Parts: sequence; structure tokens; C-alpha cells
Amino acid sequence: MKLFSKADIKGGVHHRLHFIKSVYKYRGLLLMLLPGILFFIIFHYIPMYGVLLAFKDFRIMDGIMASPWVGLKHFQKAFSDPYFLQVFKNSLLISIYKHVWGFPAPILFALLLNEVINQKFKKLVQTVSYLPYFLSWVVVAGMFINILSLNGPINAIISILGFKPRLFLTDPTHFRSILVITDIWKGFGWGSIIYLAAISDIEEEMYESAYLDGANRFQRAFHITIPSLAPVIVIVLILSCSSILNAGFDQVFNLYNSMVMDVSDIIDTYVYRKGLLDMDYSYATAVGVFKSIVALILIIGTNKAANKLGGKGYGLW
Amino acid sequence: MKMVILKKSASEKVFDILNYVFMFLIFLITVYPFWNQVVTSLSEGYSAYLTGMLLWPAKISKKAYEMVLGYSLLWTGFKNSIIRTVLGTLISLVFTSLTAYPLSKNKLPLNGFFTGMIFFTMLFNGGLVPNYLLVKRLGMLNTVWSLVLPGMIGAFNVFIMRNFFKSIPESLEESAMLDGAGYFRIFLAIILPLSKPVIATVALWVAVGHWNSWFDGLIYITDKNKILLQIVLQKIIIENNSTNIQEIMQRLQSNERSNYTGRQLQAAILLVATVPMIVIYPFIQKYFIKGIRMGAIKG
Repeated sequence: MKLFSKADIKGGVHHRLHFIKSVYKYRGLLLMLLPGILFFIIFHYIPMYGVLLAFKDFRIMDGIMASPWVGLKHFQKAFSDPYFLQVFKNSLLISIYKHVWGFPAPILFALLLNEVINQKFKKLVQTVSYLPYFLSWVVVAGMFINILSLNGPINAIISILGFKPRLFLTDPTHFRSILVITDIWKGFGWGSIIYLAAISDIEEEMYESAYLDGANRFQRAFHITIPSLAPVIVIVLILSCSSILNAGFDQVFNLYNSMVMDVSDIIDTYVYRKGLLDMDYSYATAVGVFKSIVALILIIGTNKAANKLGGKGYGLW
Repeated sequence: MKMVILKKSASEKVFDILNYVFMFLIFLITVYPFWNQVVTSLSEGYSAYLTGMLLWPAKISKKAYEMVLGYSLLWTGFKNSIIRTVLGTLISLVFTSLTAYPLSKNKLPLNGFFTGMIFFTMLFNGGLVPNYLLVKRLGMLNTVWSLVLPGMIGAFNVFIMRNFFKSIPESLEESAMLDGAGYFRIFLAIILPLSKPVIATVALWVAVGHWNSWFDGLIYITDKNKILLQIVLQKIIIENNSTNIQEIMQRLQSNERSNYTGRQLQAAILLVATVPMIVIYPFIQKYFIKGIRMGAIKG
């Protein structure tokens, strides 16, 4: 996936005269671009400037500019706050669990689905597997709250088997597993699309000649299908690495409760409560900035690593 | 694999059987949560608490649906979510395509600068508080604009469209230019009609995003008349807000009321809210697949 090429970045001003001429020549196109650029300035770059809040004691009457500078005070406060460290740890843990279990799930599903010969059944499973992705976390959380409740079907099965019913969603020992499982439930089908597409792009002749050489189905899967998926797997991995601190705001927010706060409160829910409910704007911004910077470092780092390990063209840029 | 497999070894046959069983389980696991809502919502009163109610309601009743459909806040939510989705999608499409088209021309001056500037927004953002304060300062709180404008153009969608526009042969535009058409004319008369697949894809992505989005509705909208469907759901299902459930229940006769617990109501409201998505889903599904292939692999 090349979002843009090297030429995109290097292109630009060589000769001033040439430049002015081409601006005039392409004025129509530049005018079309104007609203978009204004949008990105207003709704992305101005909030980036708002990051300054993190280094100030924000007073709403004074605005961002006139509020007094306080340096790294809010960052120091965050790092000396055991609760922030807990929230940071939760974000990392939940996200790592989700990656470890959730990353291979769609790949495995795509590989196995590809081996299904009955086309109608294959299509049915495939279609159904995408559906949960199109529902909001409010809806999905609502369903699972129902299913996991004391008199829901899971507990019905547990009591039929002779065990004691459990309150899954208020039990800190189960909560993170529930986050991981519901996340996989919602996303595995959708996540598999990209792999299924890549599989369908593999040339038929490769399989045919492997077959003639005596390779069985497992050998064909291991020597043709999986290696052909490697570039796609790397790209998806890079993209997901950048979101390692995104433990899933929508999901956690809709599933958590006061009983499981210690294991489920993540950076994003913490920022929301501190910033918008407690109106501790500067502190919440500082926590958010810390998260964004870590994410930025991660994506640049993984992209570099991908280009180095896999050769040019593996990274996003 | 369309190839005919002539003979299968024993281990391959065993694998086939296991694989079919596994796929069937996946199918069940995906479908069951929906079915569970159907069963719960159709159960009468306390029969929703019987453990036998796994696959079929003990006693069928449409009461929960009658109550939910008479709940005015639900319809307010539906209306506002539809307005948001339609308006948001239209605006997004217009401005995303207007941004993507110039960037598809390598000769555009400062193309690299603008591209980089848009790409950077995929890597870094100001975060929740600065965004909230901006929307507030712009006076958009409690208006549909707070839901539609901040996410109007997504960098990723711009790049997907741009890559598609790039794949259109330039000779088409050149001949139009010789006929005296300007870039805007070419964009409207040639590029857009040829770009239906990518436009449909982005439209669907954006529309689903709007329909399902709720957090912005939670923080920017406090006016009850402007509430979004997802927030109504959240109040009733997640927060288990008893005043809301009470409000729905008031329509019941008092002796019937004690028999209902809100559980069926929650399931019914959840399904009613999901119906539009499930109904249009089969139609939009193929576009999504096409879109993701186009954007991610072919791009």
C-alpha cells in the first residue's frame, strides 16, 4: 500500500519563476484544493496548536495564549500519579492482549475459509462474519451485556453443566478477556477481507504447477498462500503497531463499570473523565499529548523497521 | 481456488471435515448474539429469565416492541441520526473528492507539501480537549455541525480517492482540455462519472461511520431534541437508565408492568435500532469488499 511516493515529497519548488508560472497555470486545481486545506488547518492543525494547553495552566477566560506557562508541571503530575501509571499499564496490557490474539485471528480465518470448497457455504460464512463490524460498540456492548448477564445464555449453559453462574462483567479477573474476545468477535471477519483479497490475487498457475509437482494442500498453503500474504501481513502489522496505546475507547467505555475500573480504565477514558467531566483541561491535554507522541514514535519506528527488514516498499512511505 | 483437485489424501479429508465443523461454529458464534436479542425481545415478562430461553422464547409476546415503538425519544434519535448521516456523507463526499482530485496531479505546485500536510494528520492529532474547545469556540455545540464538520475529510479517504483518480488515463482529460474545458468541468463531466466505484465505497464508509458514531454526540449534544440514536441506546442499554425505562413502561397497564423488567425492552430497542443496518447490509457489502481491495491492495 503506497499512500504516496517519494516524488510526492521531493517534488515542489525548483525554480521560482517556473513555480509562479505553474501556480498560475494550475490556479483552477489549487482553488479546488483550497477548502480541503482550510479544513485540515482548522480541524487538525489548530487543535495541534491547542496542545500548548499541556504546558500551561489553562484559564478559560484568558484563552490559550494568555494563560500562564507552567512548563512540564502537568507531565510531572501525571508521572508521579500512581493512577495514571495504572491507566497507562491497562492501556498497554489490553492492547497487547488484543494484538496477540486478535492479529492472527483474521489471517487464520482467511486461510481456513479459503480451503472451503463449497462456494455457497463459503460465501455465507464470509458475509455473516463481516456483519458485527458494521454495528457500533454501543450495540455490541448491549448484546454482550445481555449474553453475559446472570440470567443470560452463557450462565444458563454454565448452570446446566452444574457450575455456579458468574457475574462476568463485574469480575476483574474476566474483564480483560471479555474485552479481547468481544473485540475479536466484532473484527475478525472484516479484518480477513484484506487477506482474502490478497489470496484471490495469487495466480492460479502457481497452485497448478505446485500441484503437478506433487505438493498437497498443506504444502501449497505453506509454500504459496502464506508467503504471498507476507507483504499484506507486514502492512497490517505496521498499521496496528501505531495504535498500541489505543486500547479501544468505544468498547471500554460501553463495557466498563465501577467494579472493574482497576483493570479496565485506559488512557482515553481517563482523558475523557479528567478533561471533559472534571474540566481539568491542561492535565488531560498533557496526558493526551504523551499518548500521541508515543504513538507517533511507534509508527515512525515500525515503518523504518519494515523498510529495513522487508526491503523498500514494505513500509507505508 | 477454482482448480479441480483430483484426489485427496486421507488427512486432507479429515482436515476438510474439521474445517467445515469449525466454520459452522464460527457462523453460529457470529449469529447467536443477534438471535439472542430476538429471543429475549419476544419473550413475555419473566419468561425472559427462564434458562430454557436459549434458542426459542418460552412464551412469545410482542409487547416489548409495542412499547418501544411508542417511545418518542427513539424516533427523535432516529430522525437526528438520519439527518446527520445524510448531511455528513454528502458534505464529506463533495469536499473529499475536491481535495483528492488536485492531489492526483503530480504537476500541481506544492503537491508534496499538501500531501505531507494531510498525511501528517494520520500520525498526530491534538487530542480530545483541544478538539472539544475548538468546537465550543466555533459555537457549534448542540448543532449538527459539531457532528459533521470536524470529521468532514479523512486523510485516508483522500488518498484512496486520489489513487483512483490517478489511475484514470490522462489522455481523456487532455482531449477535453483541447476542447476548452477547465479543470472543474473535467472533474465534473469526466472524472466523477468514471469514479463511481470509489465514490460509492467512500460514501458507504463515511455513512456507516456517521450512523454508528456516538462519542461526539455524547460530548457535543446536550439538547434532548437533538439526541442521536446511539446515545438513546446507550442511555437505555449501557447506563441502564431507569428513568428512561420507566418512561417506556408507563404505557403499560399497572398489573402488566410488574411482569416486565426492562430486559425485553432493551433487546427490542437494540434490534429496532439495528434493523436499518441489517437491512441495507447485504446490498452494501460487496461495495465494501471492492473498496478495501482497491484502496489497500491495488493502490
